[in-house]
Amino acid sequence: MSTTRGQDQRARFYAELDPVLAANPDAVLVLAVIGSGYMTDTIARRPDQVVDVGIREQAMIGVAGGLALAGRRPIVHTFAPFLVERAYEQVKLDLGHQDVGALLVSAGASYDVSSGGRTHQAPADVALISALPGWTVHVPGHADEVAEILHREAAGAGRVYVRLSGQHNLRPQPVDGQVHLVRDLTVGDPSAPLVLAVGPMLDVVLEATRDLPVRVAHTGTPHPLDATGVRALAGPTPVLGVVEPYLAGTSAAAVATALADRPSRVLHVGVPRDAELRRYGTPRDHAAAHGLDAAGVRRQVKSLLA
Amino acid sequence: MAPTGTVPRPVVDLVARVTGDEKHDPSAHSTLDVVWVLYDQVLRVDAEHPDDPDRDRFLLSKGHGPASTYAVLAAKGFFPAEWLDDVASWASPLGHHPDRTLVPGIEIGSGSLGHGLPIAVGLALGLRDRSRARVVVLVGDAELDEGSNAEAIAVAGRFGLDNLTCVVVDNHSDDLGWPGGISARFAIEGWHAADVGNHDHAALAAALRRTAPDRPNVVVVDVAATGEPEVAA
Repeated sequence: MSTTRGQDQRARFYAELDPVLAANPDAVLVLAVIGSGYMTDTIARRPDQVVDVGIREQAMIGVAGGLALAGRRPIVHTFAPFLVERAYEQVKLDLGHQDVGALLVSAGASYDVSSGGRTHQAPADVALISALPGWTVHVPGHADEVAEILHREAAGAGRVYVRLSGQHNLRPQPVDGQVHLVRDLTVGDPSAPLVLAVGPMLDVVLEATRDLPVRVAHTGTPHPLDATGVRALAGPTPVLGVVEPYLAGTSAAAVATALADRPSRVLHVGVPRDAELRRYGTPRDHAAAHGLDAAGVRRQVKSLLA
Repeated sequence: MAPTGTVPRPVVDLVARVTGDEKHDPSAHSTLDVVWVLYDQVLRVDAEHPDDPDRDRFLLSKGHGPASTYAVLAAKGFFPAEWLDDVASWASPLGHHPDRTLVPGIEIGSGSLGHGLPIAVGLALGLRDRSRARVVVLVGDAELDEGSNAEAIAVAGRFGLDNLTCVVVDNHSDDLGWPGGISARFAIEGWHAADVGNHDHAALAAALRRTAPDRPNVVVVDVAATGEPEVAA
């Protein structure tokens, strides 16, 4: 879970902003202070394409909605709890209800800011965004994925949420929105359990299942879920584990819909819903406490083999 | 048609088609003078080209009182007056809170308070330097309770959005009041501020047309002091 400078998703996001703004003259970066200290050169070079509203998240999203109504492409960034939760009604109304697009890019994920406590953690962010119509959610697992998603979506017009994380995989995965089979240790048994790892959970899942007779798949786009891909890989009688780095069961409704026509057994692994973890420590500590480290994922996935 | 000094009787009749003859919806009528003056004398809009990128934008933030806006848009030809007869029915594009995707001339969907002014700030930012379009947003005095407005007032002032006008329709419905007055709260954030009544349409139009270099404009319209809208015979 350690990050190096080159692999850090947030650093890569900041580094890519200047070329993204250059390539997309209609794009406007909207900030609420967070992040501005990492991109002083970009702000100095492109003052007409960066708006920092101060520590005002409601205004940040409202302004993004207005910019979109003016034909601009807002790119909005702060920590996940402030981007999604603090201004949730603004996300719902100023973007969704106005039927305009925006590219929201959050940092912090579920517990990157483990030492900061609950106030800076947002394990419910993907569930909340997915509850609103018309959104696409990308959960990159590698800095190269961040760059590719950012360039593509900045040139688009949709409502897109990109969840940056301090946790990452060793190698980048496709960002085509589809579910891909990554490893099959079953010698081609299509009825063997399938474990779907979302975004940065892939390497953890690969480690957790390194000697288990399961197939491992990956997607970096949990919403909308690639139902066709899930159905094709899961087979006629699916035994499926879904491992997500945020609230457990966030994709449960989408998976259930995808598999509605067949008897299935599905395990959802993620950040537990029932209790607030009132501890500080490292992201690694939090992953272990939530059962989201390799040992915890292995323990849960093994229940599918019984 | 030359500008009128009062809201023409046919327009008031259109409001009545929305609210019902016997019912005088105070939130609708308190905004009628302002909305009429805006569309009759101030805004550069064209019902034939409601999506013209250089049109002025009127944002009704106080979306719970859309009757006057619906009536004025119908009077100006944005949609047929027949639409006013079955507002909020299943078949009608007009609801008790407007939806921009359903109604020509409606610039934002509103109803939940405190969303219009922040959106207007973004719209003004996005249009500034690209268009001569002005952005006019209408809020209520009680609506200003919502903290999102405080955020937007500060941002607009600091960014010097001189293409933005906020009209506060003050019908003194705010529970806790605004000591020092509403306009002072904008002025201290760098806005050009004016207080006007709603019956002098010439003064209202002048206040709504006014722009100040590098400063957003607020017009506080005291409607409780002057009662029901004056109607032309």
